Amino acid sequence: MAAIVEMKDITKHFGHVIALAGVSFDIRAGECHCLLGDNGAGKSTFIKIMSGVYKPSGGEVLVEGTPTLFQSPRDAMTAGIATVYQDLAMIPLMSVSRNFWMGREPERGVWPFRTFDTAKADDITVKEMRKMGISLRGPDQAVGTLSGGERQTVAIARAVYFGAKVLILDEPTSALGVRQTANVLSTIDRVRKQGIGVVFITHNVRHALAVGDRFTVLNRGQTLGTAERGTVDAAALQDMMAGGQELALLESSLGGTI
Amino acid sequence: MTDVIPDALKDERIKPVSPLRRALIRPELGGICGTILVFLLFAVIAGDSGMFAAEGVMNWTVVSAQFMVIAVGACLLMIAGEFDLSTGSMIGFSGVMIAILSVHIGVPLWLAIIATFVFCILLGGVNGWLVIRTGLPSFIVTLAFLYILRGLTIWGSIYFTRQTIIGGVAEKAATDWLAPIFGGKVLGWLFTWMGEAGWIATFTRGNRAGQPVIDGIPMLVVWAIVLVIFGHWLLTRTKFGNWIFAAGGDALAARYVGVPVNRVKILMFMFSAFCACVFATCQVMEFGSAAADRGLLKEFEAIICVVIGGALLTGGYGSVIGAALGAIIFGVVQQGLFFANAESSLFRVFLGLILLTAVIMNTYIRRIITGER
Repeated sequence: MAAIVEMKDITKHFGHVIALAGVSFDIRAGECHCLLGDNGAGKSTFIKIMSGVYKPSGGEVLVEGTPTLFQSPRDAMTAGIATVYQDLAMIPLMSVSRNFWMGREPERGVWPFRTFDTAKADDITVKEMRKMGISLRGPDQAVGTLSGGERQTVAIARAVYFGAKVLILDEPTSALGVRQTANVLSTIDRVRKQGIGVVFITHNVRHALAVGDRFTVLNRGQTLGTAERGTVDAAALQDMMAGGQELALLESSLGGTI
Repeated sequence: MTDVIPDALKDERIKPVSPLRRALIRPELGGICGTILVFLLFAVIAGDSGMFAAEGVMNWTVVSAQFMVIAVGACLLMIAGEFDLSTGSMIGFSGVMIAILSVHIGVPLWLAIIATFVFCILLGGVNGWLVIRTGLPSFIVTLAFLYILRGLTIWGSIYFTRQTIIGGVAEKAATDWLAPIFGGKVLGWLFTWMGEAGWIATFTRGNRAGQPVIDGIPMLVVWAIVLVIFGHWLLTRTKFGNWIFAAGGDALAARYVGVPVNRVKILMFMFSAFCACVFATCQVMEFGSAAADRGLLKEFEAIICVVIGGALLTGGYGSVIGAALGAIIFGVVQQGLFFANAESSLFRVFLGLILLTAVIMNTYIRRIITGER
């Protein structure tokens, strides 16, 4: 199957710092491609290039085969690439409905009296949230009252509703408890079955193995290749992330608990 | 809204919310309670002083309207996550600019007014641009403009006229077509009729004998009402309003979903400057003169109105109606203490107490909304 988005040999320099030294990655429809890496491996930089926040210093981004240069996050969104950031997904003081439609508010009426169509917005929000298995007290419930997992789910539902072809999830499970993590992972599965390509960024190997179809490991700005599901195990991924040696040493002293 | 969710989908872990708690999280609630409270208070302590006769009502209405005009601008800007401390200096600056242009340079008054509006709105844009470009807190950037504009106002006024109060605008305004939009009065016929019907007091002596004590509603009040309605509509009913909330709630999150945060913030700085200009122009038309020290401390008074009205200082939450109620509280307390013959310095004590209460309440309300404990 052809890739929806393909990143070829991406490099990114910040002054003297080489954040990415030639990373290749692709995402196909209906798969969950996990991007693993330790803190500072360049995961965030990489997905920020994919979502149009940064421009690459070198390399190529192909969207459905066409070379594309995103000028802004808006460009990437138009191309069907949606990103859900770990802690920046939602604004707690605003209602679920206002958050859901933020930046894409439906309008009615004629200019200059065009208004935000709240009735339509509320209606669709409640329906979409129910599809994702979250029952709201009402569309005007503030996002601040939702749990971390529910917030991620609202953000995912939003991206899916607005026609995302590729969904980038930046560490969606890192701050969550066990049960909430399970919810987010099952949401990922649900989204994947709708034919959306999911890029799942994490440093938790177990979460990755639970839903991933393919795995790419970043280490110090470089990729160590992509592995298919079934060809790697947790220990191998863990090893690649840490760059081998040191962790093996640590792990033996901890009795294999990481 | 609970009724839209069928029982089967209800989460047993979500506690039903009492109507009281629901009402509490409306930003206007504090403003509504405060307004009722101050009216009751002054009805008791100043009820027989003429505060609630036609003339008295007009007196505190005009003062409240002044606060309202600048509070609307400050409110939208605060919800968008920024402050404008240069409002007071902007009021002095624009008033003096109109007077210098029209009286001393001889530009027609209407052109002086338009030129001042354009220039001050641009200055507001510069404020916003600097805040966005430097990433500095708007507190610092606009504090700099507080001094820059006040200094320029005094210098310009002395340089052109050798004094800090510039008169002679009234003569120009008499024949101008634009001046009545700011300095005129409307609904005069209504008050004449009310006076004839004996509903409001009339002059009993002098050359205006028989005429009602109020000859119309000042345009300033009309401006205040129009700005409040516009601001409320913009904030709660439009797409741009959602962007204002988003920009103040979390600028980065908003930016990531494609909200043009910079544009929203700069436009709100410009709107705040526009409101300051409306205030200044109405005042210049009313007094027939401009003075370099006008608008002193108005920036803080505007912010106090907004905070009493339930907005959070950190942005992302608030209400224009609330800010308007805050302005009414402010105006009624200031004038009411005067009617009640209270020591005028007590006004500040009172104000400080109201402000403190409002901020404590707002913090509590925010905890309820965001579910923090």
